[in-house]
Amino acid sequence: MSEPILEARGIVKSFGRVRALRGASFTVEAGEVVALVGDNGAGKSTLVKTLAGVHQPDAGEIRFAGETVTLESPVAARQLGIEVVYQDLALAAELDPAGNLYLGQEILRSGVLGRLGFIDKPEMRRRADASFADLGVRIQDTGSPVATMSGGQRQGIAVCRAVTWASKVVFMDEPTAALGVVQTRNVLDLIKRVRDRGIAVVLISHNMPEVLEVADRIEVLRLGERVARFTRDQATLEQIIGAMTGAIRHEEETAR
Amino acid sequence: MSSASQQLPSDAEAPDEAIDGEEARPWWAALVASQSIWIGLILVGLIIAFSILRPASFVSVANGRNIATDAAVLLVLAVGQTFVIITAGIDLSVGAVLVFSGVLATRGMSAVGGNGWGTILVGLAIALGCGLGWGLINGFLVAKAKIGALIATLGTFGMALGLAQVVTGGVDQSDVPSKLVNTIGNGRLFGEIPWLVVIAFVVALVFGVLLAATRFGRHTFAVGSNEEATRRAGISVDRQLLKVYALAGALSGLAGFLSVARFATTTIAGHATDNLQSITAVVIGGTSLFGGIGSILGSVFGVFIPAVLQNGFVITGVQPFWQQVAVGAVLIAAVYLDQLRRRRRQ
Ligand SMILES: Nc1ncnc2c1ncn2[C@@H]1O[C@H](COP(=O)(O)OP(=O)(O)OP(=O)(O)O)[C@@H](O)[C@H]1O
Ligand SMILES: [Mg+2]
Repeated sequence: MSEPILEARGIVKSFGRVRALRGASFTVEAGEVVALVGDNGAGKSTLVKTLAGVHQPDAGEIRFAGETVTLESPVAARQLGIEVVYQDLALAAELDPAGNLYLGQEILRSGVLGRLGFIDKPEMRRRADASFADLGVRIQDTGSPVATMSGGQRQGIAVCRAVTWASKVVFMDEPTAALGVVQTRNVLDLIKRVRDRGIAVVLISHNMPEVLEVADRIEVLRLGERVARFTRDQATLEQIIGAMTGAIRHEEETAR
Repeated sequence: MSSASQQLPSDAEAPDEAIDGEEARPWWAALVASQSIWIGLILVGLIIAFSILRPASFVSVANGRNIATDAAVLLVLAVGQTFVIITAGIDLSVGAVLVFSGVLATRGMSAVGGNGWGTILVGLAIALGCGLGWGLINGFLVAKAKIGALIATLGTFGMALGLAQVVTGGVDQSDVPSKLVNTIGNGRLFGEIPWLVVIAFVVALVFGVLLAATRFGRHTFAVGSNEEATRRAGISVDRQLLKVYALAGALSGLAGFLSVARFATTTIAGHATDNLQSITAVVIGGTSLFGGIGSILGSVFGVFIPAVLQNGFVITGVQPFWQQVAVGAVLIAAVYLDQLRRRRRQ
């Protein structure tokens, strides 16, 4: 079998005296949907940020397609094709949706103006509108700042941005938390479509029916460590909850 | 369950409609929504009011020229200040950097000697270089050393002004080439428009376009809007802040050069409140102290409202001290509007 597309081994990350990750491991294969679950404060978001270059691990190893990598910045992760829907969405509230979608990768105008750094707002708007329509993100006025939009719309914009740029792995940190029934459906369908394009999706969610529906595998984080891994066929709700709460421990971490 | 799933298809079609619908957004909608258009109307209202009150003395080419000339140097400062405030920062050092740059430029020109364009260019280069240097120091302190902008630029304010006085012993330097004073300082384009005003408006235009239409401007807004999101989007926030403070510094240096050209001396004691005046102008113009919102056009209006008030009060015989009262009130109103705008959105 080929190497996992992205793998974390024994990641340690502390914030002052808070030990958010205590030797956490995590694996995702190309073209699969992995759910990363765990209680509040288990370290899920911290692990995602570490694998996205936002945080630098204190110890541990990150491997991408079988090679050890150092993700010294979000740019480094992005260059490997890793994108993230952050739990706080990370949108610039005063910019419009298209501005957020293309933030940091603005489309420049052609010719001399482009070389002078002039951005092509109509083109970005047009492409952004097409992406939003694809995803079913409904935005009445795509020219207004994101600050004026509902929580669901903002989440839609953040999801759209991540899947637009990802080529290898998309992390989604509770992407459906603020969404209505229809939009949640859209995101879950989208996750499957993205996976079918061969891109790995890591879904973080507290919604177990959602997890069991889309995930090919489930990894459970507890107190900053991976405590269990299931394939969808093996997993039952009781087992997952048991692992999250510490009642069951599947995995004896050997590799450190 | 079945009813829910029946609703899905119709709901799923709705987005297309919604997205088609918004093509109807008229081009002027953004203008009306922005604060600068309202500030522009207030400025026009003031001009009309003073024109009716004193048609003979207020409405004249000479008076318009006076107002614009008085405002020109402040406008150059306000342009840099706009960029800084949009990043949610502040630059208190502008007036001191202006003085420092003017002093060193004057010293440089008198050391070179002569009364030609070569000497003048040396002075300009020194002024811009000094301004850029202080701006880079500000940027370093804010972006890398993580000292708050308020304290960092208050510190460089004191240092720049103090050093200017150390260099000169506190005595204004007046060895300014007469060619500079007679051309840039007091000359006019086509015999009508003062060169100072032309230069200030060209600066406003160039940097207004830079802010509104380029990637540099976009990243400036993004940093002020959400610094962490900007960083995660792969933009170097530190470098952007460094550039913005460097720009504000260089423009302060240019302002120092223009000031020397105008007054034929360094006016060391005359710029202690330039920082507050430029901040006032920028904020009146609709730029938000919380960052992420603003425009150079608004700052142009914001510079001219106090200038018109000052001039109008003198001409109508109102004690000019009332100008400070009126400007203070306008400032508070502008910030209150900004607060309302933000609250409405949340
Ligand atoms: N930047 C930070 N500074 C200090 N402590 C932090 C920081 N980020 C996370 N932590 C701490 O690390 C621990 C793990 O947080 P994390 O956000 O990773 O949890 P989580 O599993 O995502 O939880 P949730 O389900 O609530 O989102 C928490 O105790 C949190 O307080
Ligand atoms: Mg979290």
